[in-house]
Amino acid sequence: MNESDTHTTGSPYAPHTDDGRTVMLEAIGVDSVDELFDIPEDVRFTDEFGIDARSERETRRLVRSVLDRNTDLTELLGRGHYGYYIPSLVDHLADRSEFLTSYTQYQPEVSQGFLQALFEYQSLLVELTGLEIANCSMYDAATALGEAATLAERVRSTSGHRVLVPDLLRDGRRSTLENYVAGTDLTVESYPTDDGTVDVGALESTVDDDVVMVYAENPTVRGTIEEQLESIGDIADGADALFVLGSDPVALSLLQRPADVGVDVVIGDASVLGLPTSYGMGLGLFACREEYLRQVPGRLVGVSEDETDRRVFTLTLQTREQHIRRERATSNICTNQAWVALRTAMHAASLGPNGMVDLAKRGVTRAEELAARLDGLDGVQAPVHDRHHIREFVAHVDQPAPAIAEDLEKRGFAVHVVGEHEIQVCVAGVPDDDLDDFVATITEVVR
Amino acid sequence: MSDDQTPTDPTTDASQVRYDQARYVNDGQYEPLLSEKDQTSVDIGDDGDSPLPDDLTRDSIKLPELSEPELARHYTRLSQMIYGIDSGPYPLGSCTMKYNPKFTEDVAALPSAAIHPDRSEESIQGTLELLYRLQDYLGRIGGMDAVTLQPPAGAAGEFVGIRVAAAYHEHNGEGHRNEVIIPESAHGTNFATAALGGYDVVSLPSDEDGRVDLGALEAALSENTAALMLTNPNTLGLFERDIEEIADMVHDVGGLLYYDGANLNALLGRARPGDMGFDVMHYNVHKTFATPHGGGGPGAGPVGVVAELESFLPAPRVREVGGGANGAETYELFDPEHTIGNVHGFQGNWLVLVKAFAYIARLGDEGLADASAKAVLNANYLASQIEYEIPYGPFHHEFVASAGDQDAADVAKRMLDYGVHPPTTKWPEIVPEALMTEPTEVESKDTLDRLAAAFNAVAKESNKVLEDAPERTTARRIDQTSAARNPRLSWHELAEEDT
Repeated sequence: MNESDTHTTGSPYAPHTDDGRTVMLEAIGVDSVDELFDIPEDVRFTDEFGIDARSERETRRLVRSVLDRNTDLTELLGRGHYGYYIPSLVDHLADRSEFLTSYTQYQPEVSQGFLQALFEYQSLLVELTGLEIANCSMYDAATALGEAATLAERVRSTSGHRVLVPDLLRDGRRSTLENYVAGTDLTVESYPTDDGTVDVGALESTVDDDVVMVYAENPTVRGTIEEQLESIGDIADGADALFVLGSDPVALSLLQRPADVGVDVVIGDASVLGLPTSYGMGLGLFACREEYLRQVPGRLVGVSEDETDRRVFTLTLQTREQHIRRERATSNICTNQAWVALRTAMHAASLGPNGMVDLAKRGVTRAEELAARLDGLDGVQAPVHDRHHIREFVAHVDQPAPAIAEDLEKRGFAVHVVGEHEIQVCVAGVPDDDLDDFVATITEVVR
Repeated sequence: MSDDQTPTDPTTDASQVRYDQARYVNDGQYEPLLSEKDQTSVDIGDDGDSPLPDDLTRDSIKLPELSEPELARHYTRLSQMIYGIDSGPYPLGSCTMKYNPKFTEDVAALPSAAIHPDRSEESIQGTLELLYRLQDYLGRIGGMDAVTLQPPAGAAGEFVGIRVAAAYHEHNGEGHRNEVIIPESAHGTNFATAALGGYDVVSLPSDEDGRVDLGALEAALSENTAALMLTNPNTLGLFERDIEEIADMVHDVGGLLYYDGANLNALLGRARPGDMGFDVMHYNVHKTFATPHGGGGPGAGPVGVVAELESFLPAPRVREVGGGANGAETYELFDPEHTIGNVHGFQGNWLVLVKAFAYIARLGDEGLADASAKAVLNANYLASQIEYEIPYGPFHHEFVASAGDQDAADVAKRMLDYGVHPPTTKWPEIVPEALMTEPTEVESKDTLDRLAAAFNAVAKESNKVLEDAPERTTARRIDQTSAARNPRLSWHELAEEDT
């Protein structure tokens, strides 16, 4: 410790002088704080946790020294999470403490700013998806997928049991979905993909009247762009099943608008804009058709008027929610990802429509260019799938993929291993010179 | 009280802070929407520069195209139309709105914290170590044998608890257990979570003291009981004195006892759920461990369990695997033997967990215990200073007053005019016109006095004054019914109205 550290006993964030405490205890009518605790002796804790207190400076040093054990790598990683550059505007304004430290907007008169920001977030998603309703957030893409399945069960006129997902679905998403439907009669089944996108023929042959939901992703987890969304939608529609699509705000800026191809619900991770890669922390995107309005999970911000007849924003349709409807609520969600939604809205506003479309287009061209460069190397074929790609692609490597990835990591680059001889490489957020370095490095690695 | 009473003007009352919230008024509205500042439509494919065939792209997209200075003003103005913890006291009962230390934002913003979830375990030893140490901290604080950090919020933690209970009973050949017992005064999430897990909810009335009615519990328990979900102190701030007997009763029928951690801020260093007989618990790190609420999230809801349930926790978990290079411990991810799988795509709200770790490491044993002591002291002091009746006690970190003949929701609106945030209202329903108040440890005596003065000033005001409130907030009283009757949930729908 040195002179610039301040160290207090007790919580540094809980004021009170000894004098003040005495006055307060007198006012309450007790002699000590201990008397205020009505805890039976048998369950009192008299031991210690064994956690040392530290000054602010020491604590910062501790966290820094622990996290410094993370290797500094250039991440060519994607599969749902991307390291896009985030403008400084987002950090500086989202960190204003009124945004950061306020609670859910149960007193709308004093919370107009956050409500408006969330309304603008909802509007952004409505524009991107073409669907009429978007909620303020779910936790992440996986939980949004789970919520979509329970929605599908609630809105279907006749009972059904099957939820169909692509065989490429990430394990974490599938497992989360299975937990969400564990308390229902639904079961999760995979349908096959063909060369990286949905095998429409195989899907058609497995769909029957017992299917309540068909889930697909665009782009897919392997970076391919789905070419037959309309057919998938028709197949789902034919079985009176919901067509649920996984996507994200950048991809949605360029790819087919979900509402135009028969999609009923869009889920995904909206924090692709707004958050750096945060070890999987996300923002569950959830948008759907207007006819499901009363069955939507999560918070909704709507428009109303105040006593002066001015336009205002307020949480609305709360009778769907757990704090009112309890066991008949549409979801158990309470605390969500509101502040991340604010950041996403800020990042999107900062890009503007030109910036968003441009970011998506560059995802296509830069992935294509990198694939072409890798394809020119001996022992590498890229992309594996004969499809259009955005942001990322799978490459075949003649040597075992784990060995290639390990070697790359030693040289400062992280890539996905997705098969015995398959690596997946993502360009999103990676500057051009880092891509050049990567190509130079992998050239040596595969040699 | 007569209706012609002149309302107190909070701006001239010497005991009050003069308060007016920022208000940008603009032709029948407040700050305009981004879409009212600009709408630019970008066509895709028209100029031939689309890298994709037309049938794989959308036609156009229409969003605001604004400069950075315009956006900086927009969001600054929005922020000024929000009341946060740094604006003043925020005594929302059950929400634990405590000060969020600024330095925790700095540690969460470290570049070394920004890592992709698919990184190799070898390359993220720092992240795994932090998670491991936080698991350990939380286990000690709650008296639990094992902790998962994956649930991204309290309700998600409850869901893990319910799924773990289901897996445990199934594993023991007792999958028939289909009921979860929940006190009537519990948080709404408890009921919704049990239902999401496929359970029938058995609602438990309180006894006349406001605690669990043991007779009613006896009647509710059966061989179908999967779990009892309990908050302790309960939502009235009362400690469930019979907790050991409750635990025995639940365990005797083969059920599990679940602890809702929403009120853990009352007990740090004084009592631990694990020592009371609870088998599963969640921690609300955005309450107890001071991570910011962010206008509704993100939070984190880690779950602790006793050893018997450890093998059912979500996958993956973090464990220590002995020394690596330079003598430092190494860490790895693993799947528990009977894991329920994932409840989140990855490991939950990582950046929130970093902040919680930093908070606990900063406070240590003494600081945590002091936080609870002062949270309880503050609640009791505030209660001693306000004129509304408080029917149940002795309470700890929060109390529930009754607004009596006044409408609690109106009381809340009027309190806003005094520059303080009101308490949680109309819940729990066991207290008529409930004002559920939790000042937390962070308020000074002066602030508590100011808060009490606001309560007491409003207590004397007429219903007419209350109904007209608030007047010093950005917006005046909002008609929430019309928002629900005519839902307009995007700017697209407003534009349609204009045309």
